[in-house]
Amino acid sequence: MPLPPFQRFLDEHREPVWRFLAALVGRQEADDCFQETFLSALRAYPRLRDGANLQAWVLTIAHRKAIDAHRARARRPVPVADADPGPATDGPGNPEPELWGLVRGLPPKQRAAVALRFVADLPHAEAAQVMGCSEAAARRNLHAALTKLRKEWR
Amino acid sequence: MTHLEHVLRDSAPAGDAGAAAIAARRVVARADQEGAADVAYAVLPSPLGALAGVCTRRGLLCLSYRVERLDELLEGLAAAVSPRILESPARLDAVARELDEYFAGRRRRFELPIDWSLSHGFARRVLRATAKVPYGTATTYTEVAGRAGSPLAVRAAGNALAANPVPIVVPCHRVLRVGGGLGGYAGGLDRKRFLLELEGALEG
Repeated sequence: MPLPPFQRFLDEHREPVWRFLAALVGRQEADDCFQETFLSALRAYPRLRDGANLQAWVLTIAHRKAIDAHRARARRPVPVADADPGPATDGPGNPEPELWGLVRGLPPKQRAAVALRFVADLPHAEAAQVMGCSEAAARRNLHAALTKLRKEWR
Repeated sequence: MTHLEHVLRDSAPAGDAGAAAIAARRVVARADQEGAADVAYAVLPSPLGALAGVCTRRGLLCLSYRVERLDELLEGLAAAVSPRILESPARLDAVARELDEYFAGRRRRFELPIDWSLSHGFARRVLRATAKVPYGTATTYTEVAGRAGSPLAVRAAGNALAANPVPIVVPCHRVLRVGGGLGGYAGGLDRKRFLLELEGALEG
């Protein structure tokens, strides 16, 4: 399948990528990760050659950028106001902010597994591709995440 | 699906079309700063209707009257030139300015650089010869065929002009039939007549 013009690729994927990043890193950091994701995608784009699975490709990049953002934040001293990543990073109109706050407190792979399943709606095989692991490992991460959330969420 | 899974799905960060669109525009602005896109395009207003302008780092690559077929044009360029294509009016500022001046009667020669890479061989020679035809004058298909090196290839010259990727700027509207007939024009003969009248080459 030929590659579409990058502008069309950006228009088609901007919303799912933004939602995925908002789920992983919160709305405030989503914007920076979004910039980094699509600028990296633009640089690498002509090397792709095949436009068959652009969604999994761009989510793979977004996932890496989210991990980078988390590492960068872990190296920074945490201001008191940011200590709780939950409700503060959620916009109005979200009925269950605390649940997604808990998601962002999960280990990176579990968090990604949850976001890929419930935000990006990817099947296990594609989620595994995005996370760079086996399908079995992707399933295990999701299962562990749900078990933990069930315990923590009232 | 369990209750928890339902709530996860229903309460996932909402699709925020506004935030995603703003973020996407910032991507384009940063790509402009870094020169990261190989091809930039914009829809430009003109007295002849909207024009789709496309440029590369080398210069103006094409100018099209067929804005309604912009998607097709860009798909073709993605395959032929580069898929790194972004909508970027800022990168077409110089093109828009020269066109505005031309349509206002204040510009008789375009100075913007042209990217000739969409034409080849004889067709490119025909277009380069046509680019030298002065404002307010007209020539013939036979004449440009000759200047391109093949005086007998009149039909091929006509085909090259019909496929001119940069009409107006490469003034194929100044090429007429021997005897003064208008000949053809990719944008339609009304536009050809408009341009010739604007330049004072035809009586209105």
